Formats: sequence, C-alpha cells, structure tokens
Amino acid sequence: MPLNGLTDQKYPGRLFCVEGIDGSGKSTQIALLHEWLRDEGYAVKFSEWNSSPLVKATTSRGKKKQLLTPTTFSLIHATDFADRTEHEIIPYLKAGAIVLCDRYAFTAFARDVARGVSPRWVRQLYRFAAAPTVAFYFRVPLDVALDRIVMGRPDLKYYEAGLDIGLSPDPLESFKLFQARIVDEYERMVDEFELTVMDATKTIEEQQRQMRSIVKKFLPRRRRLGAGKTEPKTEIRHERQEIKSEQKSA
Amino acid sequence: MKRLQFFSDPPANLENVGEIRGKLIVVEGPDGVGRSTQIAELKRWLERRGSAVIETGFTRSTLAGKGIKLAKQGHTLGSITLFLYYATDFADIVEGQIIPGLRSGYIILADRYIYSAIARAVVRGADPEWIREVYGFTPVPDAVLYLKIGLNGLIERTINSGKGFNYWESGMDLRLGNDMFDSFKEYQTRVLAQFDRMSEEYGFQTIDADRPVDEVADDLRAAIDRVLTLA
Repeated sequence: MPLNGLTDQKYPGRLFCVEGIDGSGKSTQIALLHEWLRDEGYAVKFSEWNSSPLVKATTSRGKKKQLLTPTTFSLIHATDFADRTEHEIIPYLKAGAIVLCDRYAFTAFARDVARGVSPRWVRQLYRFAAAPTVAFYFRVPLDVALDRIVMGRPDLKYYEAGLDIGLSPDPLESFKLFQARIVDEYERMVDEFELTVMDATKTIEEQQRQMRSIVKKFLPRRRRLGAGKTEPKTEIRHERQEIKSEQKSA
Repeated sequence: MKRLQFFSDPPANLENVGEIRGKLIVVEGPDGVGRSTQIAELKRWLERRGSAVIETGFTRSTLAGKGIKLAKQGHTLGSITLFLYYATDFADIVEGQIIPGLRSGYIILADRYIYSAIARAVVRGADPEWIREVYGFTPVPDAVLYLKIGLNGLIERTINSGKGFNYWESGMDLRLGNDMFDSFKEYQTRVLAQFDRMSEEYGFQTIDADRPVDEVADDLRAAIDRVLTLA
C-alpha cells in the first residue's frame, strides 16, 4: 500500500481493515474472517471504529447535543482512533497478532472530506496510523446500500444523515446526498492508497472466499505466538502486485 | 479592521470569516508561572477601560473539557491520544469562542495557546511538524506575551501556590526521575527549552516573570497597550 503519510509498520503482526459505506456488508465479512482466522489457530485482535473507552462518551455527548462541527467531528474521531492505535493496534502488531479493524483511517478521509474538511489536513492528522497490510473496500451501488440501511434502521441520526452540513432538511434525502459524497471520496482513494476493491453485490459466501484467499497470502507461516524467533515482515508491496496480476488473469 | 489569519487552512465552513474587529492576545508560559492570576487582573483592567473581554484557555470547551479531565485521572491515556484530545478541545474553543468573539469585537485573552500544546507534544516525542499541522486551523494571535521564568523560580512558585507538584505537570507519564520533584525538574527544563526555541520563531514578546507579580502585571499592561494602539 502506498503509505501517503501513514506510518509504515515494522512489526511482526498483520493488519487488515474493511472500509465502505454503511450497508456495504463489510462488518459481516470481517466477522466471518475473524472466526475463520481464530479457527485456523491465529491470535486475532478486533478493533472497531469509534469505540475507545476514553473518548466514546465525549463523542456521543457531542453528537447528542449537536456540538460537533466538521473540524471537531474529525478531531474527536481521530482521538478515538489514536487511543485504539495506542492500546488495541500497535501492541498487538508488536506481539505478532492479526489485527482486524472494522473501519480505519479511510473512513475519516471519506466522511470528513465529505463534510468539507481539507483532504490534506485530515491525512496529516492520521499520520500516526499504521499502514494496513490490506485495506478492503466494499464497493456497492448506492441504492443497494440505502435499501439495506433504511430497511433496518428507519430513524437516521443527525450526523449519520449528514444533517449538520445542510444538504437537505429531509433526513433521508440528506443521507442519500451525504452517502453519495462519501462514495466519491472512497473511489478517489482506491488508487491513492491501492485499496483492494471487493464487489459487495456478490453473495456473502463468494465475497468471503475471495477475502480469505487474499488474506491467506499475507499470513505468517507460524500461527502460535512466540514459537521460535520473530518472523520478519513480509514484503507487502511485492506480494500485493502478485495478487493484482492474479486477479486480472482470473 | 483586518482579515483573520490562520496558521494553515481555516476550519471547514469558516473559510469566509471576513473582517474582524477584535484582538487575540495570548499569555503563554509554563505551568505555575502565574498566568491565570495575571489574566484575571488584565481582564478587570481592560473592562474598566471599556473593552469587552473573553477569557479562554485549554480544557475549557463544552465538548471535551470534561472528557480530558476524566481521561487524565486514569492510567491508560497514551500520548497521541492526549495531544489529539487537547486539539479537539481547542478546536471547539476556536470555533465556539475565539472566532465568534473576534468577529464581534471582543478582546480575547487566551490562557495558553498552541505553543503549550506544541511544547508538551514535542517533549513527549511527537514530530513538531505533525503537531503544528494538526493545529493549523487556529488563528494567528495579535500578540503572544511569554512569561519567562527560570527553573528555580518555577519550583518556588509551584510550591508556594499550594498546589505543589502534580502528575502531568511533572511529566510523570514520562517518568523522567525517581519522584515527582526529579521528574518535574527534568520535564519543565525540557518544556522551557521548547518555549525558548519557539520564542524567536513565532515572535513572542518575552516578559521576565522572575519578578514580583505587580511588576509583571505592569509589563503585561504596557505590552497590551501597544497591541491595542497599533489598531
């Protein structure tokens, strides 16, 4: 992955993340991947967007009372991410574990820029983030995702619907316009960060099969931690190119 | 009237603040140098002269002030998290108090500014360029009045204030010594060095704070007078 400011991680662990708009099915896929890796005998750590015990309460208060502006929305999520980087990601990568993240810095790049934050600034802000081994982007047509979301969750929340930036007073309309902007940002990042694009319209089984076959190539040969000396980091860029050509020929 | 200048890009949606009437005056200096006492005095003085004053500073935001205080009580607060929590708090202050205040013609007295944040972050190993970028959304102040003090003077004040050495102000998260005093000495020496380094770069107006409170107050008032008459 081109680092583009992210920190190259030199630890023995592996870091996989899933990205995409709500309703793209990424959480389902990473949950399945998690179970599979555990069954395969790997030590796995899972970290979820917006879940830091030190920061969560401030974020939800800010959302509930509608105190957040695009800049503070961006900063509070970066703070949450920093806490998880310092406590849930880096130490586990050092230990040689497989770290799985449901959403990563790319979520901030997409959402915050959709809110009008400077793309350059938000990328600088997240410079401390470890570059993932593979970042999966679940590409899905907007109407398919909207269908999944609106069916399951009829009341859209203020920030979730992007009501703070005044695209439309109607929550559903605003949500659609906001999600469309987020999709544009993700699409822009596909090349910038060489995101691994997943076709999220395929069946769950098919997507999972593809994800596992990609992940497999980056897994350490040794599954148990501390068995023998630490394995050196694989040459990520090199292997990624191999996958790309395989995908093309497939 | 003048246009508001920012260190880098202005906050999103505040790109067109337009002309401002107010003044942003920053009082900087290490923990315990007596900033708060001086600022309270300055506020009364300016108000007697007929100016409207907003006093602001770190960890006072509606959004994150409480969250930071709670996080600092535990033992799990990492340094990057700490820097960004402060930046969140300060962005809320900038957008909610400083910019609206400047537009309405207030004199803003800021108890600390990004320089304190930079000093603390750099001492904790952060890349100076990174932390400056993060704070790029902040307005460039009209004046930075730097209360400069030597280590011995600072130790004396810290003890005499009745507050004494505290965990964060002694840099105990870095464990720079066996106890709070040893760590305080080393930590504050490093912080002072950062302030001195920034002093030239950002054009601080240095005020010798190793003197009686009244004398320091006189110098602060004279400096502010100069800033206000420049307008």
